[in-house]
Amino acid sequence: MAERASEYKVNEIIRSYSYEKSALIMILQETENLFAYLPAWALKHVSEKLGVPMIQVYGVASFYDAFHLTPRGKHLVRVCLGTACYLRGSPRVLESVEKELGIQDGETTSDRTFSLQSVHCVGACALAPVIVVGERYFDKMTPTKVRSVLKAGAG
Amino acid sequence: MVNLIIDGVKAQAEEGSTILEIARFYGISIPSLCHHDELTPYGACRLCTVEVEDGRRVRLVASCLYPVKEGIKVKTHSEKVMKGRKLILELLLARCPNSKTLQDLASQMGLEQVRFKMENEDCILCGLCVRMCAEQMRSGAIGFAGRGQKREVVTPFRTASEICRNCGACMYICPVVDLQCRGVKSPGELCNSCLVITPQCLGKYDQVMCTLESCGACVQKEEK
Amino acid sequence: MKKIRTTQELGSLRNSLVQMRDPNKPCVRVCLGTGCRARGSANVMISFKDEIERQGLEIKADCKQTGCHGFCERGPVIVIGPKEIFYQKVKPSDVPDIVSKTLLNGEVVDRLLYIDPITGQKALYEHEVPFYKKQTRLVLANNGRIDPTNILDYIAIGGYQALAKATTTMSCEEIIDTIEKSGLRGLGGGGFPTGRKWRSCKEAHGDVKFVIGNGDEGDPGAFSDRSLMEANPHSILEGMIIGAYAIGANQGYLYVRAEYPLALKHLQTAIDQAREYGFVGNNIFNSGFDFDIKINRGAGAFVCGESSALMASIEGKMGEPRAKYVHTVERGLWNQPTNLNNVKTWANVPLIINNGTDWYVKMGTENSKGTGIFSLVGKVNNTGLVEIQMGTPLKTIVYDIGGGITKGKRFKAVQTGGPSGGCIPEELLDLTVDFEKLTEAGSMMGSGGMIVMDEDTCMVDLARYFLDFLQNESCGKCVPCREGIKRMLEIVTKITKGQAGEEDLELLQDLARMVKDFSLCGLGQTAPNTVLSTLRYFGDEYAAHIRDKKCPAGICRDLITFVILEDKCTGCGACLKLCPQQAIDAYGLTHTIDPAKCIRCGICRDACPFQAISVK
Repeated sequence: MAERASEYKVNEIIRSYSYEKSALIMILQETENLFAYLPAWALKHVSEKLGVPMIQVYGVASFYDAFHLTPRGKHLVRVCLGTACYLRGSPRVLESVEKELGIQDGETTSDRTFSLQSVHCVGACALAPVIVVGERYFDKMTPTKVRSVLKAGAG
Repeated sequence: MVNLIIDGVKAQAEEGSTILEIARFYGISIPSLCHHDELTPYGACRLCTVEVEDGRRVRLVASCLYPVKEGIKVKTHSEKVMKGRKLILELLLARCPNSKTLQDLASQMGLEQVRFKMENEDCILCGLCVRMCAEQMRSGAIGFAGRGQKREVVTPFRTASEICRNCGACMYICPVVDLQCRGVKSPGELCNSCLVITPQCLGKYDQVMCTLESCGACVQKEEK
Repeated sequence: MKKIRTTQELGSLRNSLVQMRDPNKPCVRVCLGTGCRARGSANVMISFKDEIERQGLEIKADCKQTGCHGFCERGPVIVIGPKEIFYQKVKPSDVPDIVSKTLLNGEVVDRLLYIDPITGQKALYEHEVPFYKKQTRLVLANNGRIDPTNILDYIAIGGYQALAKATTTMSCEEIIDTIEKSGLRGLGGGGFPTGRKWRSCKEAHGDVKFVIGNGDEGDPGAFSDRSLMEANPHSILEGMIIGAYAIGANQGYLYVRAEYPLALKHLQTAIDQAREYGFVGNNIFNSGFDFDIKINRGAGAFVCGESSALMASIEGKMGEPRAKYVHTVERGLWNQPTNLNNVKTWANVPLIINNGTDWYVKMGTENSKGTGIFSLVGKVNNTGLVEIQMGTPLKTIVYDIGGGITKGKRFKAVQTGGPSGGCIPEELLDLTVDFEKLTEAGSMMGSGGMIVMDEDTCMVDLARYFLDFLQNESCGKCVPCREGIKRMLEIVTKITKGQAGEEDLELLQDLARMVKDFSLCGLGQTAPNTVLSTLRYFGDEYAAHIRDKKCPAGICRDLITFVILEDKCTGCGACLKLCPQQAIDAYGLTHTIDPAKCIRCGICRDACPFQAISVK
């Protein structure tokens, strides 16, 4: 039943883009937003409904950073490694986050609470170093602030 | 028809043909790995790079894709081109050291040492198998996935494909996995026993003066 | 909602808007750009709305949201018209004061004024602030003045006049001629003459043509496109419609990276409103010209800033570039003639149409006309968005506008052009900024990122950083880029670890030259630039790492040691508590670091209140 309902939601997304093949990337983005990742069945479903070869859908899903083929955590922690943040010490902040969460960059905690992703530039360079937890921005980060920021972000 | 000069030779080509096509027509050999006459050109291996002067400037271009233009002057074996091809091959060998095709090419170019940390891959990501499957066999069972270092040729989800017809065309067309040379001496060293040609004329001229393949006239290795 | 079909209708709408708005009525303009938002400016805005309502002041004062004002270092930023009083670092708790004192009585709230950190001088009005003084804000002029979500604000300041002029009084040839003569060049990276590009597209064979606005801005450290898209989306739209009209394209695409949600939102709002008023749609200004435009979101791939990869992405494919021996103006989107320009370039078009070529060519240098827009970040006091006339010396940007180096340290280099660019050293600070001069110096204009570095930056580590970035972003199609960057990174990493020899340096240079010449697309072709430019100007740093196994800037972990200075250490124990490796021991009054356990993470140095920890 749940699968039917999920399939229906994906159909809705495809319909909202008028079944345009060139909207594949945006259809996948909205699908990822729905399920927090791109399940295999959803990719196959999109391929079928949109009439785009499976190998192309899979290729696109594996090429772009926005897409994930494995489930993600509830809270996404993005550590900015853009040039301005890098020069103000963000790699050390990343190390602290890795240590605090017990996972490496790109991974998800085993209880699926947090996913860690380093990114290159969130466009807030004057506030460097920057961490984004969910939708919240935390500026002028240092390794010592990490624990409290993660608590606040998940809070 | 378009008039151009290739390696000092006045040539004529039909509009829309590529430099590689015209070179091969005139018997000038330009190496390539990702090219096949029956498949759409891809321009990924960059071995077929040549120098083109188009009146305004001199550029390095992939000859498998560059369309001939009126009045261009092409050099297929200039010093810069030869140096670059050799380095590209060295990079490929560091990735796939056991490929006889690559080793043969290395011998032809006089590449004797690989200065990079060796890996042990089988695939050079030339895409011939992908294009073969899609264009000739009209199947599209395999394709590229991943970006950059993670790029690979796979089936969707890396599972057995429902549309693969087991025709074997992909294996047939693969330039690298075909024959495996097992005679690699030590990491980084190539035996070069297949063929060695080091063009002597490069020292005097800024490009190889004859582009006839493996005549061996300039350098002969003594048989023991 | 009746659509605007004639210049007269547009003019009367504008006049009625201007008449409705009392220029003397105090108005608080709150910056809601992403930078200030991250510091809570949305709450400042809410506080103003609430306070004005609470005191029943709606007749007496307005408050308006705007996009990025540019001076991000001092956010949240507000400007109070009509006097243009400038307040910085505003908190919601400051709002009652501002309303009672400044809005109602014209009194100044002193503590919120900008104070120059070096001269101690206070600035009252926006134009007095040193950051803005030496700028020539044309494209960014209205960023802090209009509400980006309200098309009427844009119309009130003269918006869509250029579109009216172009479609009703100018021929396509005249428009292209104007842009050509203006000397406008692409502001996304390549600097290709815009007029010439438009002309090639117009002359290309094909009855279906496209225009694209590139808002992908993948360069880390660059946010000029973001600010413009957030703050003045209509300026981009107007430029694109004019261009489409001149070229003969009926469909446009705006490609915006997904990491810019606010820009996406404002652009969509702008398109919807423009459609309502008839600036997008059928028979624009009764000219018979139809045009529609869609937004395509990027999905996280730097390489999609490259035009052919971008087009592949719009087509729903992987972002793999292709050879451009046949240009995209001839065969682009779905093999049709396509004109792609950066959003900043498009935003220049209405200005040129309105003010004329003569006005534009007076600014800038011989080969680079008009203005350049830069995101000035890094070790400068005033970080933010800068617009200057081409030909302004770098020194002016770094010192007069940027306010000099933070913490009084020494200037070392400016990195321009993002990962594809290079570093400009101190001896070239007098360089006048334009396309050619930057390229001559071994860098490039690129997307306008300008990252200032001080003596604590290791240039070898910087080269490593950019190579690492580009290796990750390479699409992987061609051998030189995929394999070449990987091996260059291996060598530079070896150098930062003090494990490299002279032969490695030679191999690095050979690789750099080959990757530059043989790569398929701009990413690979410019990837070696940071290595080449740092080798050119900072060869001694490379030599120190290779020959002496030392990192002069004190950054490369394998080559430095952390020591506690005896004369400064008070034994407070702050460092000992935080050391993750328990590498600090207390001997009597002072502490020492055990070099065998120390991983040089730097946490102790940050924690020490007495600056007693130093790097050798």
